[in-house]
Amino acid sequence: MKRELSLDDIESLAVGAWILGTGGGGNPYLPLLNMRLLYKEGHRVHLIDSNDLADDALVGTVAGMGAPLIGQERLTDSLTLARAVTLMERHLGRKFDALMSMEIGGSNGIRPFMAAAHLDLPVVDSDTMGRAYPELQMTSVAVGDLTGYPLSLVDVRGFESVVHKVPTWKWAERVGRKIVTEYGSTAATCQPPRTGAEVKQWGIHGTTTKAIAIGTAVREAQRRHSDPVAAILSVEPGKLIYKGKVIDVARRATEGFLRGVVRFDGLDEYRGSAFAINFQNEWIVGSRDDEPVVMTPDLICVLDSVTGEAVGSETIRYGQRVTVLALPPTKIFLTPKGLQHVGPRAFGYDLDFRSVFSA
Amino acid sequence: MRRIGIDVGGTNTDAVLIEEGKVVRAVKAPTSEDVTTGILDSLKSLGSTGVLGGKKIDGVMIGTTHFINAVVQRRSLTRVAALRLGMPASASLPPFCDWPEDLAALVRGGVWMVEGGHEYDGRLFMPLDEAAVTKAAGEMKAAGLKSVGISAIFSPLDPGHERRAAELVAKVIPDAVITCSSDLGRIGLLERENAALLNAALADLARDTIAAFEKAIADSGIAAPLFITQNDGTVAEAAQARRLPVYSFASGATNSMRGAAYLSGLSDAMVIDVGGTTTDVGQLKHGFPREANSVVKVGGVRTLFRMPDLLSIGLGGGSHVELDPLKVGPLSVGYRLLREGLAFGGKQLTTTDIAIAAGLLELGDRKKVAHLDAATCETVFAEAARLAEEAIDRMKTEAGDVPLIAVGGGAFLIPEKLPGVSKVIHVQHGDCANAVGAAIAQVSGECDQIFKDLSRAEALSAAQGIANDRAVAAGANRASLATIESEDMPLAYLPGNSVRVRVRVVGDVAAT
Repeated sequence: MKRELSLDDIESLAVGAWILGTGGGGNPYLPLLNMRLLYKEGHRVHLIDSNDLADDALVGTVAGMGAPLIGQERLTDSLTLARAVTLMERHLGRKFDALMSMEIGGSNGIRPFMAAAHLDLPVVDSDTMGRAYPELQMTSVAVGDLTGYPLSLVDVRGFESVVHKVPTWKWAERVGRKIVTEYGSTAATCQPPRTGAEVKQWGIHGTTTKAIAIGTAVREAQRRHSDPVAAILSVEPGKLIYKGKVIDVARRATEGFLRGVVRFDGLDEYRGSAFAINFQNEWIVGSRDDEPVVMTPDLICVLDSVTGEAVGSETIRYGQRVTVLALPPTKIFLTPKGLQHVGPRAFGYDLDFRSVFSA
Repeated sequence: MRRIGIDVGGTNTDAVLIEEGKVVRAVKAPTSEDVTTGILDSLKSLGSTGVLGGKKIDGVMIGTTHFINAVVQRRSLTRVAALRLGMPASASLPPFCDWPEDLAALVRGGVWMVEGGHEYDGRLFMPLDEAAVTKAAGEMKAAGLKSVGISAIFSPLDPGHERRAAELVAKVIPDAVITCSSDLGRIGLLERENAALLNAALADLARDTIAAFEKAIADSGIAAPLFITQNDGTVAEAAQARRLPVYSFASGATNSMRGAAYLSGLSDAMVIDVGGTTTDVGQLKHGFPREANSVVKVGGVRTLFRMPDLLSIGLGGGSHVELDPLKVGPLSVGYRLLREGLAFGGKQLTTTDIAIAAGLLELGDRKKVAHLDAATCETVFAEAARLAEEAIDRMKTEAGDVPLIAVGGGAFLIPEKLPGVSKVIHVQHGDCANAVGAAIAQVSGECDQIFKDLSRAEALSAAQGIANDRAVAAGANRASLATIESEDMPLAYLPGNSVRVRVRVVGDVAAT
């Protein structure tokens, strides 16, 4: 069923997508700002269910790639995202029937709507991560071994590139990343095109709706001055993991990623208990009193205890008072193949995945 | 060294004279509508005590809320021409795009976006379109705009395009007042540009206010240079404050914390500043307040100013007290305490009445609060202490007990012992800590840049050099400079060894 999103839905989407970003994915504030201006100019966007797609429908997956810091100076631009989509259409010689999100977590949760506003295409209520992850092979479609090419990448100055063919998703990531770097470490991309049948089988469904529901819960709690964390848990089957304040942040950049560890001291019922989270852009493994208790692909969400809004790994700092929640991942990532792509070992942690949701 | 510090608060304008490291005299005068009268009164009051006695004063340091109030109250603002150098990027988010409508309507004189700007590694993003800048300046002139805010992509790394554009604009509009965003530091185009536009909007007010302050000082018969205290607890010379008034947005709380450090002799401690209505809790590190590291909204506009990280709670000397059930604050009688408090013949029981009943304060008429027995006073103090303890615990960044300095007019609410606190320090002149903080303010310089292909030590040292030069340009004595903050952040997804370094240094005001 096709439904028009209100600006209020999109405001909630921004809050929810940032929470599903699990520490990475970039703050959605600038995409949100674009949407506010687009709505003011009369543009509207529509959400459809994956079941609304014909099996042979063609779906374009929209994402920004690059360093979040660059995005703070070269601000995300809706027309450039639309150009990445039309470049892919030209390359394929075929028009898209709908767009979708590669990554619901963070700013990429909103970017398909920025392109959709200009192209008058609906956006499918599905994505390929259900959260944020740092690399292109960390998606449900890569787990499903769907084709990892072609990939279009455009720059606001008019550059247009298409990665026509690569053997694997990892190669798509490597070659694509090189182009993004030459562009100045920011690019608008249209990811490998998908058929309606592929989206139905391998998409992670209902994630835009989920992000809107989480964001709505948080925003309502803020308005009523009630507990935003409780509000999230009332709409999502999540688990409260820890409450505390940040006592140390150690960051290092390796192989193009921001890695590090954040340490916390317990507050309230967690007083006297230490917690640490290792991150690679996103929160990867959380340990309580040195014992790993929560890990990828479970979603680790670090929230500001007062506002309920997400805290990112780039900006988390001393003294912040936070609540750590876990949310369940898509089942696609819980298979042996899924864990190969996004389990703790995919990030270099020699740990067997244990979910906080398996009783 | 002999300095006068003045803090213009919501209720009182405090003035102190500091001589050779000692507070010689502290006075209070009611804050006046026009602010300068209050300053004049406080200086007269200080003069009447005879302490000035024709001695040479090295500086008058004023902390004021003038500029932030103008933005918050939407008054005395100048219309601004916004010139952004960065096309074709960011076109969908033009200058003023995230301002509240009412403020944008007052300030937005016009928006021009032309090609220019740099990449994160210093390469050109686009060459500066000089012809377009000159054409824009002509249109600004035709529109009667004289205050211009210029921003460019990655200008904190390379301010060259902003500077060149400023020259080109000045050629067309010789009396233009121009703010370049690179002078306001920090990466984040929209927030930095917002700061530049706010600054440009304060151009006329800054000129008039600084002139009025200088006149008030001269009229008081004091021959001393004027300094304005800034958000981060340092001061700027009058000329610099006139050029960059946004840096003086939020100096009151900072001054209190700096004053607390000075009066107690401690440089690392928690500070609790108990005023009439609210209590601010912050943390001193190396004698300066720990800064908030995130976006700060001023009058609804997102910026990245250097502001202290404070937690404010509704507890103060004027807080309403309810006995059954027990409740202290957040309502307060504020500056009406001397009319509405029980001990002053009013009807509202306040924390000050409790302190009078308990014999902690000698104010008002103790007979009017004689019905409050010792046990009642105890429970009220315990509740105030609980509120304070919670706030302190929330602001602590390390485990273990820390010293706590209690200042402000309501500091009597802070007991001698608190859980999580190694010792509570009450200081003499603590009720004028803010004016003391203004009087002792130093000068700072900051660098926030991305460095590429340097070792970590080389990058830190390069950043330090830039910060030092900026501090000296702002009036610091080079020999006295010390680094108080140094932070490096490796950058994800950037090639090479890219690291963002932020260094802040402070030093004493150079003798003139």
